[in-house]
Amino acid sequence: MTTPDTQGPKVGLLVTCLVDAFRPNIGFATVRLLEQAGCTVEVPQQQTCCGQPAYNSGDNITAAELARSVITAFEGYDYLVSPSGSCIGSVHKYPDLFQQSPEWESRARHLADRSYELFSFLTDVLGANDTIRARFEGKATYHDSCSGLRQLGIKRQPRALLQQVEGLKLVEMEDAEVCCGFGGTFCVKYPEISGRMVDDKAQAAQASGADTLLGGDLGCLLNMAGRLKAAGSPVRVYHTAEVLADMAHGPGLGDGEER
Amino acid sequence: MESHSHEFVQRAGAALHNPTLQQALGRAKDGFVLKRFNAVSALSEYEALRDRAVQIKNHTLEHLDHYLLRYEEAVRRNGGVVHWAADAEEARNIVRDICRKAEARSVIKGKSMVGEEVGVNEALEEAGLEVVETDLGEYIIQLAEEPPSHIIAPAIHKTREEISDLFHRFHAKYGYTQRLTEVPDLVNEARQVLRQKYLSADVGITGANFLVAENGCNIIVTNEGNGDLTSTLPRVHIVTAGIEKVVPNMEDTTTLLRLLGRSATGQDITSYTTLFSGPRREGDPDGPQEYHVVLIDNGRSTMLADEFREMLRCIRCGACMNHCPVYGAIGGHAYGWVYPGPMGSVLTPLTLGLREAKDLPNACTLNGRCQEVCPVRIPLPDLLRNLRHRQFQARMGTKRSRWGLALWGWLARRPAMYRLATRVQARLLAGMGGKRGHISKLPLGGNWMAGGRVMPVPEGETFMSAWKKRQGGRG
Repeated sequence: MTTPDTQGPKVGLLVTCLVDAFRPNIGFATVRLLEQAGCTVEVPQQQTCCGQPAYNSGDNITAAELARSVITAFEGYDYLVSPSGSCIGSVHKYPDLFQQSPEWESRARHLADRSYELFSFLTDVLGANDTIRARFEGKATYHDSCSGLRQLGIKRQPRALLQQVEGLKLVEMEDAEVCCGFGGTFCVKYPEISGRMVDDKAQAAQASGADTLLGGDLGCLLNMAGRLKAAGSPVRVYHTAEVLADMAHGPGLGDGEER
Repeated sequence: MESHSHEFVQRAGAALHNPTLQQALGRAKDGFVLKRFNAVSALSEYEALRDRAVQIKNHTLEHLDHYLLRYEEAVRRNGGVVHWAADAEEARNIVRDICRKAEARSVIKGKSMVGEEVGVNEALEEAGLEVVETDLGEYIIQLAEEPPSHIIAPAIHKTREEISDLFHRFHAKYGYTQRLTEVPDLVNEARQVLRQKYLSADVGITGANFLVAENGCNIIVTNEGNGDLTSTLPRVHIVTAGIEKVVPNMEDTTTLLRLLGRSATGQDITSYTTLFSGPRREGDPDGPQEYHVVLIDNGRSTMLADEFREMLRCIRCGACMNHCPVYGAIGGHAYGWVYPGPMGSVLTPLTLGLREAKDLPNACTLNGRCQEVCPVRIPLPDLLRNLRHRQFQARMGTKRSRWGLALWGWLARRPAMYRLATRVQARLLAGMGGKRGHISKLPLGGNWMAGGRVMPVPEGETFMSAWKKRQGGRG
């Protein structure tokens, strides 16, 4: 759908509610990466949240309303891109919410087909494998967030992009594909079980010898950073987009200004 | 079996603080995961086999009445009797009546999850019969008077020391007074005790992995061979099986068998795969004189008619629980009923009611690992989400979480208001964090940190407002 008079595809950025509220840096890093890869990026002002908390809590009516609002806001773009596999997984589920309405179902499907998680968009769609200009001194390990991994098949893409970061050494931790225990409302409803799960994760991250923990979903990252900071661990936590955009030189998640 | 699903939170808490259980879980989890991975990686046609299995199961479920009637007819041709049980009570009554008519005093049992589901043991013991489990794991938990904590490895939560204690206590009456500690010795002693039980039992009860419609065959897989002895030595053999166990023919059964062993224990095929086709015929050297099959519905036909039909594809391999990080943290007893883990979190609310098992659909992070390993591709996370939808419609859940969700939903539909609220919240939390960058207490309740965590605080400014400023500067 790219018109000849524009440089590249027109991308609507789905910021994600957590990035908006907690870590705007990830949003700006995403914009930089997309622009470096030749996209024109816009941020539709109508967006709030993809509706996943409602959907996963069984409130399908609210979920459908928020889905309609996202569909309307992003229909005019070539692509919808977000620095979160979880939110894109949610957008891919939109058609399920409109089984009674063929018109909305088709609009939902049309949007879902053009919606991508950031790393898979950069690699699988744009083939932008040599646009990374970043330097990061450290030994990093990557946590595969469940939604991105299992709903969208994201595993190789972030690792391939990270290979291009100067100074960064990637090491694998044990059980990188096992859930960190965040699970949206799960960690609030069952904090003790969630705590045990994130404990295992924090231990695996530290045992890998890495000094930095990376991931592609802020929810998981907040959860893991929270456990690491509580334990006084020196492991820094960043969203992969921050590292790729050369914007991971400030404090990591939960670090504050002291370090 | 009595349900304790409503005690999920307390039981999960206790499990997390039980070091012996944690030790046992850690060992078990890793073994099953690795073995399955190796077994399926070595099978190049694994994905195709899964697709075929889904087709077989879906086709059978679509024509379940047809295949069940064909199966019944075939069993009758072979000289057996088929009984139909609508619910657990009816199933118990049927089994008890067969035992009474046979004037039985002692019963041996192969592992049968549906037997646990309908409470066969309790019913027979109440009627004055001696019931002995012959699967080693089931035997151990029977001595401990506990329910199974895993459908493939019922005593997976027990350590060797605990088993040593149990045998020492219960085997003295058979003349085994020495306390044993080594695994082979423990297994041998159990074998000696069970051998006497096999020889003296009047009735043998087994479950069924598959019921073959074309020839009336009943197939069970074991690694101990106990199923063979249980079904051939006593005068009467009773098979208890859920109605979803029927498979059209032998060819289809082999497809499912190849998936079952690999998914469950990582074996290409289990040590014993035993086929029964009825009572002893004239001239047969062994086999039971009577052969009964109890086909149990107990909520299954309701599932067949609604959005949970796919759950009936389950072949009870246990891969979902072996890979579930929640199960791995708390073990099977926390779930409070026969079927634990992801498959149990779907089955228990459907069988016992959403209120009894209200925590189970929610005690899942929807991480999808269970679906990834399910040999028959049951969309477990979707089914759990459907149960949450039912709960939401029934206005279940605490008032606080319902109001919280409602308030959030109201805000999220009003972008301007939502943005203001987000900005205020981001500023507040950032202020609370100060220079540390994280906080260990939240002002408005929220016990997220109870699991030994702190909360990283926001940067302070929201993306949307910072973006607006940046755009303004540009323009």
